[in-house]
Amino acid sequence: MIAEFGQVSLILALVLAVLLATLPLYGAYRGSDTLMRLAPSLVIGHFVFLAAAYVALSVAFLNHDFSIANVALNSNLLLPWYYRLTAVWGSHEGSLLLWMLMLGGWMLAVVAFSRTLPREFLTRLLSVMGIVSIGFLLFTLLTSNPFDRILPGPTDGQDLNPLLQDPGMIVHPPLLYMGYVGFAVAFGFAIAGLLGGKVERDWVRWARPWTLAAWSFLTAGIALGSWWAYYELGWGGWWFWDPVENASFIPWLVGTALLHSQAVTEKRGSFPAWTVLLSIAAFSMSLLGTFLVRSGVLTSVHAFAHDPDRGLFILIFMAVITGAALLLYALRAPRIMTGPGFDWMSRETMLLINNVFFAVSAAMVLLGTLYPLLVEFMGWGQISVGPPYFGAMFILLMTPIVILLPLGPFTRWKQDEVMRLLRPLAASAAVAIVLGLIISAALGAWNLRAITGWIGGIWVMAGAVAWAVRQWRGTRSGLALHQWGMTLAHFGVGVFLIGVAMVESMTFERDMRIAPGQTVEAAGYEFTLHEVAQVKGPNWRAEEARFTVNRNDREVARMNPQKRLYHRGGQVMTQVALRPGITRDLYIAMGEELDPASGAWSIRIHIKPFVRWIWGGAALMTLGGLISAGDRRYWRRRRAESRRADTAEVPA
Amino acid sequence: MTSVQGSMRFQGSGFRVQGWLRSALMVFAGLLLSGLVAASAIEPFPFDDEVQEQRFRSLAEEIRCTVCQNQSLADSDAPLAQDLRRQLFAMLQDGRSDMEIRMFMVDRYGDFVLYRPPLAGHTILLWGGPIVLLLIALGSTIVIVRRRRKVL
Amino acid sequence: MIRMLLPLIVFAGLLVLLIFGLRTADQREIVQSPLVGKPVPEITLPGLNDPETTYSTAELIGEPYIINVWGSWCWACREEHPYIDRLGREAGVPLVGFNWKDEREDALRWLNRFGDSWSFHMVDFEGRAAIDLGVYGAPETYLVDHRGVIQHKHIGPIDATVFEDLMRRIVQMRAEADS
Repeated sequence: MIAEFGQVSLILALVLAVLLATLPLYGAYRGSDTLMRLAPSLVIGHFVFLAAAYVALSVAFLNHDFSIANVALNSNLLLPWYYRLTAVWGSHEGSLLLWMLMLGGWMLAVVAFSRTLPREFLTRLLSVMGIVSIGFLLFTLLTSNPFDRILPGPTDGQDLNPLLQDPGMIVHPPLLYMGYVGFAVAFGFAIAGLLGGKVERDWVRWARPWTLAAWSFLTAGIALGSWWAYYELGWGGWWFWDPVENASFIPWLVGTALLHSQAVTEKRGSFPAWTVLLSIAAFSMSLLGTFLVRSGVLTSVHAFAHDPDRGLFILIFMAVITGAALLLYALRAPRIMTGPGFDWMSRETMLLINNVFFAVSAAMVLLGTLYPLLVEFMGWGQISVGPPYFGAMFILLMTPIVILLPLGPFTRWKQDEVMRLLRPLAASAAVAIVLGLIISAALGAWNLRAITGWIGGIWVMAGAVAWAVRQWRGTRSGLALHQWGMTLAHFGVGVFLIGVAMVESMTFERDMRIAPGQTVEAAGYEFTLHEVAQVKGPNWRAEEARFTVNRNDREVARMNPQKRLYHRGGQVMTQVALRPGITRDLYIAMGEELDPASGAWSIRIHIKPFVRWIWGGAALMTLGGLISAGDRRYWRRRRAESRRADTAEVPA
Repeated sequence: MTSVQGSMRFQGSGFRVQGWLRSALMVFAGLLLSGLVAASAIEPFPFDDEVQEQRFRSLAEEIRCTVCQNQSLADSDAPLAQDLRRQLFAMLQDGRSDMEIRMFMVDRYGDFVLYRPPLAGHTILLWGGPIVLLLIALGSTIVIVRRRRKVL
Repeated sequence: MIRMLLPLIVFAGLLVLLIFGLRTADQREIVQSPLVGKPVPEITLPGLNDPETTYSTAELIGEPYIINVWGSWCWACREEHPYIDRLGREAGVPLVGFNWKDEREDALRWLNRFGDSWSFHMVDFEGRAAIDLGVYGAPETYLVDHRGVIQHKHIGPIDATVFEDLMRRIVQMRAEADS
């Protein structure tokens, strides 16, 4: 019953989405208030049915309803209840359901928080999002129905992939999807703006908090994914430039460019067409990411099951959505006004340069990810593009960003002088160089990457702080929320930079052979293996190595890495032992038993300096984005503005 | 049982447990699921010195494992990756240069094994594309700012 | 107007590429060997039934032959075994077994159970020679012509379609060798 209930809910959600995409839009076109008024109610109904479908699947998982194929394949009787709940999004079908629930949630939020938008605009925005929802609902119902039955159902299910039986995996996909789907709001704003042909400055201001929120979720989602890969895959890496990672990184890069271009468009009215294009691109890249992950077009470590039919569907969907949006852009964008002038040295130029580098970086990652396809398409053979390419190119493209970042906020709009900038930042630069050299020397990290990482990181952090301090002194009221947010996010970039530089240049990593009773030395730490014991979990058993770690004859940690065998699927997984720290992580992964007689095992020890700073920096960026999104200036006085927007037509 | 882990681990977060078994990859299922070849990416090699160990690691990281989804030799625990690592180690011990080792792999498995594609006719767009794009973008920036200065 | 259409044009190009990618996704699982069209590397290995004898690819030059990579641990090898039988009977050229990363006892037991249609076997326990041959999985089947050049490589188990294709190529190789 529960499956049919879910199924019907999905179909009803589809019906409402179709109504939402047509009636109110027509109403906005004809100026019919009655039809436009339908939109908010339809959005609410749409969300309710999506939520009902989602709850239905969750209940099926909780109740072990193995007659539903999706449950049978991704859960079993031994799986603890909390993983049964998260198993809902462990599969392709279930994760789509979560995706749609979030889209419905974002639409609901738009209705809740944007009541003061001009009605026509709000209607168009919701209708555009309704169109997006239709695509995903059709996709789910036609190619990936989570409620498909297998009758008679098996008595027990398979298993949720053990890699997903982990707290990090509980939150990673939802956050990532929040980010992807959130860009649909920015997309909706852009299309509604193009459809309406109204003054862009207003809708860009309204779109900003939504874009900031989506970007923050995406940042957090990517960071969590990286953290999860770090401790769960057992390779100790934090970023692999795998196609699936790139699929989430491209929208992030475009989204970052979008945030900064929105700032110019909102404040000065410049580059509106570019902002529209980036809004379309950010969401299109999210769709492309979905396609890459779910179609099996690219070989990746963490792709969903191959299915060319699904791939084809997303491709058609993407062609329709993005194609229509770009066509609309081509038709309408020239009418968009250009805004006032500015000088070489100005905030506008700075943000333009920011956009150049972020957009080119996004293009680079896209090119690298798809290049193997292109080579094959041209019949030039088979090649791989991997971390060495992306790493080198990315450093090349991001170095100017790091150098210029602290200058941006200091620069005045319209016109500024170089000397005015250099004075406050000279101190930051001096601090960065001196402190960077001292710290690198003190840590023994005397190599180019570590030194430039420290200098660059401190330069960015000091620049952010210097700006906040000056702003604080200059204005009585202190910093506005969005200024706090920006400072925090920029500071986070510095933290991130230091983490990356230290991990990439100073990681200790070695595969060793060790028997119980033996001690091995690694970068000043002594690892002693006491025993390898058998332990049991709810749905697995494991061999667990018991280590103590000493430094200067003092015990600093006890670490117990495991090698688990999951009963149901028979998969063997390494469970690494981690001792996190602000300046270093200790990390042990078990390999194989090498010699049963002596009980010797192969193990891998990593010592990762400052690795937490990578995710710490990302956390600061996330927080900064969310704080900015909460600034009242994006939300208040909307009524007055919306009246203005109604009357102000575009100069032809 | 030992190498089931092989297969599972290089499926990464194998969302595809089911689909995978059914898919064209069935070809390699025999290899991956075999219980006879114990395999692991974690292997202590007796390196001569740190320099050699460093060279080993960076080479293993930039050579792609051909049977895996998308993994380097360093990360993969497929049996073939294990053999290739052993070969890599032997060649280092032999005193072969990094270039010779890369050529050795390319001769046998093709350009596909290099994560750092060589600069050649068919990769010119890959390496040059972003640079050209950057130059175009910076050029446009100059044009835009010049134009905007006039209306200042 | 053209400038405004540029994003759409780029996007259309992207779509074409992705459609192509989707259609060839299955083929992309298989990495083409650069050794096809090149002389087979000289490999000298001991036999399976006769460990004292060594076999070398150098001795085989002069007539076309087939190399089939297999192992007793390999499921798909069991799957293709009926076609290996037929190849052994119908191809009319030597069918060389390349026993890869196996244990001698297991391999012999496997042959006992399923039948041995190969002309003889070379044993590569270490997997070193397999690297020279560019092997990356079992089963794999190579067709080598009378000049000792690898003409074709099939990756994965042989099924009815593949068998027909292989036979066609073998007949052609034999004709070339005779002329």
